[in-house]
Amino acid sequence: MELKKELLTGNEAIARGAYEAGVTVAAAYPGTPSTEILENLVKYPRVYAQWSPNEKVAMEVGVGASIGGARALVTMKHVGVNVAADPLFTFSYTGVNGGLVLVSADDPGMHSSQNEQDNRNYAKFSKIPLLEPSNSQECKDMIRLGLEISEQFDTPVILRTTTRVNHSQGFVELSDRTDDTPKPYVKNPRKYVTVPAHARALHVLVEERRSKLAEYSETVPVNRIEWADKRIGIITSGISYQNVKEVAPNVSVLKLGMTFPLPEKLIREFASQVNELYVVEELEPFLEDQIRLMGIEVTGKKMFPRIGEISQRILVDKLLSATAYKELIDATVLEDGIEAEKEIPIPLRPPVLCPGCPHRGIFYVLSQLKMTVMGDIGCYTLGALPPLESVDTTICMGASVGSALGMAKAHPEMHGKVVSVIGDSTFLHTGINGLVDIAYNKVPTTTIILDNSTTAMTGHQDHPATGFTLAKEPANQVDLEALCKAIGINRVVVVDAFDIDNLKKIVKEEAEANEPSVIIVKRPCALLIKERSLPYVVDKESCINCNKCMKIGCPALTAGDDGVVVNTALCTGCTLCSKLCPTGALKKEGDVIG
Amino acid sequence: MANDKVTNILIVGVGGQGTILASRILAYLAQEDGYDVKVSEIHGMAQRGGSVTTQVRMGKKVYSPLISEGKADIILAFERLEALRSMHYLKKGGIMIVNDQAIEPVPVIMGLQKYPDDIIGRIKAKIPDAIAIDALNIARDCGNDKASNVVLMGVLARKMGYEWDQCMKAIEAKVPAKFLELNKQAFEKGWNAEV
Repeated sequence: MELKKELLTGNEAIARGAYEAGVTVAAAYPGTPSTEILENLVKYPRVYAQWSPNEKVAMEVGVGASIGGARALVTMKHVGVNVAADPLFTFSYTGVNGGLVLVSADDPGMHSSQNEQDNRNYAKFSKIPLLEPSNSQECKDMIRLGLEISEQFDTPVILRTTTRVNHSQGFVELSDRTDDTPKPYVKNPRKYVTVPAHARALHVLVEERRSKLAEYSETVPVNRIEWADKRIGIITSGISYQNVKEVAPNVSVLKLGMTFPLPEKLIREFASQVNELYVVEELEPFLEDQIRLMGIEVTGKKMFPRIGEISQRILVDKLLSATAYKELIDATVLEDGIEAEKEIPIPLRPPVLCPGCPHRGIFYVLSQLKMTVMGDIGCYTLGALPPLESVDTTICMGASVGSALGMAKAHPEMHGKVVSVIGDSTFLHTGINGLVDIAYNKVPTTTIILDNSTTAMTGHQDHPATGFTLAKEPANQVDLEALCKAIGINRVVVVDAFDIDNLKKIVKEEAEANEPSVIIVKRPCALLIKERSLPYVVDKESCINCNKCMKIGCPALTAGDDGVVVNTALCTGCTLCSKLCPTGALKKEGDVIG
Repeated sequence: MANDKVTNILIVGVGGQGTILASRILAYLAQEDGYDVKVSEIHGMAQRGGSVTTQVRMGKKVYSPLISEGKADIILAFERLEALRSMHYLKKGGIMIVNDQAIEPVPVIMGLQKYPDDIIGRIKAKIPDAIAIDALNIARDCGNDKASNVVLMGVLARKMGYEWDQCMKAIEAKVPAKFLELNKQAFEKGWNAEV
């Protein structure tokens, strides 16, 4: 039978791999570049896939499924693993029943992230085996391999991808699904109840497991030597492997698919037969440090950057600067093509809040009121950009709420001037705990929940307050207003996101109150609204060219010498600009005569 | 396309312009020819009106999904400022196809920066046979602005030497049935455009 071959992204391939390998339970919180894994997996039959409110819960769902005997998949972006680390580290001690793979999607170059931490360190830290695919086929294959390792060695497994692997497409050979019957659950407190007496015994097993895994790593086929010219040897993994093959097709390569624990004998054998030895890896010297501890001298971060992605250009440039065998490196990579435009500046095109975005009004109000705004993670982080320039901080999911408390305590005289802003999905992720703290310690600060009824930034995923599940089935819906009150917040106000005057009045009132308060600013994300209202247009007669409407940074408005112009193809008719116009020159199309 | 050589196509534009459909059609065409293909896209912030880049590489064996500066055989630009921004990715002698449309970025809208004048002239000064086409207007004639991506695909597919029937098959495979007729029409206008 001819195998079916399809062009899949790494994320599609991971989902396919989980389906084929008999995964029956999967959980995740959306986060670029991991989001599409569960969005694809949910389409397969006989797999239960769900969004959890955050990565810690997703991990715990996976832990429970695995202990129960099912094969489980948990996926998240790199910073999500920080949230999930608590269950992960102890799950390493208990081990599994059904296999469990945690996908950590890292983001070197920070295409869509607030840091570029190298999560391979989590594998070493938590003593969990680590796999690193370098293309879509390997994404699929390594999910199955990971589940097998997980069950064979009684351990969770981390599959670490990077953005270029998650979001690149390559051909993948498809197979059928294998048996997906969960193993029976057997009660075993010595394994699963980690009281100190049990955990001490488990830690011994973890260390024994590590030795066995190191032995396994020597022969697992994903760790392989590709012998070619032995004057140069390169040890590499993940996307860097592809770049090495691209620019130095004739050097010898030790391609590591399992990067923790490392195969020491294999590395020694490789190192002993090459004249020059390099390690090519993005971000941290994860392989390099371990290889050095084996007493093997290698060249790595001495010349390759720890920051960002390693492009083919950087690779060639650095290799040429170090090697005695320049003929093995494709120097043509460094040759320039068409000359870049240098005579004139090329304006940047930063991401912006969309036309009709319900976040625009509140940031306009906050900047008018000169508030200190503790911000959070989501589209509304863009409220930090000109002309709104309203957001003061962005740290991590949920951080706005607790940090507003800290700021309020650091500067009591700033009372009335410190607020936090957080999206609905982010609030449910890890914002609730911060608000409990504020209520508990009675700190007079205002938490503004920007409720646009979706997880917008990652591409509109449902969450516990939208009323739908990942599978688009009706769900119970968190009542944010009632939740805040139940936590102990007495002042909870709900406001329409486009009612600017009211927003301004309420923000002022609530910020100045002498007790904790919450403002829920409501309107669905503009991209969710299918039926557009009529666009606005400028009545040239009454426009006095004061540019007040330009202060909201709407991409549908353009300032010109003859007054403001509305791009009617972009305008959603949200009304915001018209509310700032002192002469009523911005009118709904059809209301203007002539 | 020479057998042992990889063809690099860089598609640039602005979030929401439909660059991804173009890459899917190209990948399908390459697959039908029996080539290895890698496609790379960056999601995330791009959805909010930022610059977007899709890279398509096809050949006997393709390793990296990424195209180095100066190594693109073809740039398909959905917006002229993005063409100017990415010009140095094109190899000498490469093909540049530009949709002669301007989408002003927010710093320009706000009057902080200026949208450059005569972008097409600046591109042609360095790439004399660059092709500029008003795909938006052509798409509008077909009844939907959003079909400009397929108009551009028509220009590109002909330039790359694909057969008409091959292209129709690719479009049928990659475009939702509801928009098929519109897209076929748009593709044909691009294919027949005098460029």
